[in-house]
Amino acid sequence: METLVADVLLTFLVVIAVGIIVLRDLLAAVILLGAYSLTAAGAFVVMDAVDVAFTEAAVGSGISTILFLGALSFTKHEQKPRGNDSWVAVLFVVVTGALLIYGTLDMPYYGSATSAAQTNPDLAVRFLQQSGSEVGPPNIVTSVLASYRGYDTLGETMVVFAAGMAVLSLLGLKRRRPGLEAPEDAPGDTPGETPADALDEPPTSRHT
Amino acid sequence: MFIAGILALLVTMALTLWRTLLGPTLFDRLLAVNSFGTKTVLLIAVYGFMTGRPDFLDIALVYALINFVGTIAVLKFFEYDDLGSGKYQEDDF
Repeated sequence: METLVADVLLTFLVVIAVGIIVLRDLLAAVILLGAYSLTAAGAFVVMDAVDVAFTEAAVGSGISTILFLGALSFTKHEQKPRGNDSWVAVLFVVVTGALLIYGTLDMPYYGSATSAAQTNPDLAVRFLQQSGSEVGPPNIVTSVLASYRGYDTLGETMVVFAAGMAVLSLLGLKRRRPGLEAPEDAPGDTPGETPADALDEPPTSRHT
Repeated sequence: MFIAGILALLVTMALTLWRTLLGPTLFDRLLAVNSFGTKTVLLIAVYGFMTGRPDFLDIALVYALINFVGTIAVLKFFEYDDLGSGKYQEDDF
């Protein structure tokens, strides 16, 4: 029964993803993205990864939807029709996807009896018993994330930091480009402003 | 009994998903996605009781809140065409 529920939820994920690709209405795509995240979070719960499910629901379905809507208020609701799809881009996407799938091949299957967690049961017991005295926090997941696999978490943090720096640099570059001058109805919108302040004011007012 | 409930919920989710993908207007999609989220919440709750872990009810509650926030945000965007920079108020009132 558990496998059936997980399988049906994963099938829903595929259907929603295809719908997001096919739809030309960007607002509908954003709505579908929220449904996608919620379904993925449900699948995570069914697979006993409750902490991942919480993160997915809060970040993917909660704040991402709102951020996408904020981005959508700067642009139009319809996707611009494109005459020629770039074959190079398609090739890159296919190759990247194939590499990612290839990377999962040597992972243990879901619920596999030969996975590392099953073949070394002493490890989980040790974490459960000694993480309190070794690391400190009462939450064992926190101890594992921050201490036992601390280098892994450090790498993840660096990836997130690099992504944030990339976004900031992109926003800063866009700000300095000519043609994107301050609107008339926003006094004090000088070019010396920080990019974070520039985000508060849309370039044009649609309601005047 | 829980199994029957889960199967019924999965069928209902498939139906709402169908409406989401077909839905001629945006309101159809929004309503369908909202009820799809509600069905996800119910599915997690029933699943928790089926597997003997009623603590899943807390997760279901959080999902219900997140679903609500997302729907409110989309509706607000739908009405005012942005997420409330305060500009619309001068014109609307």
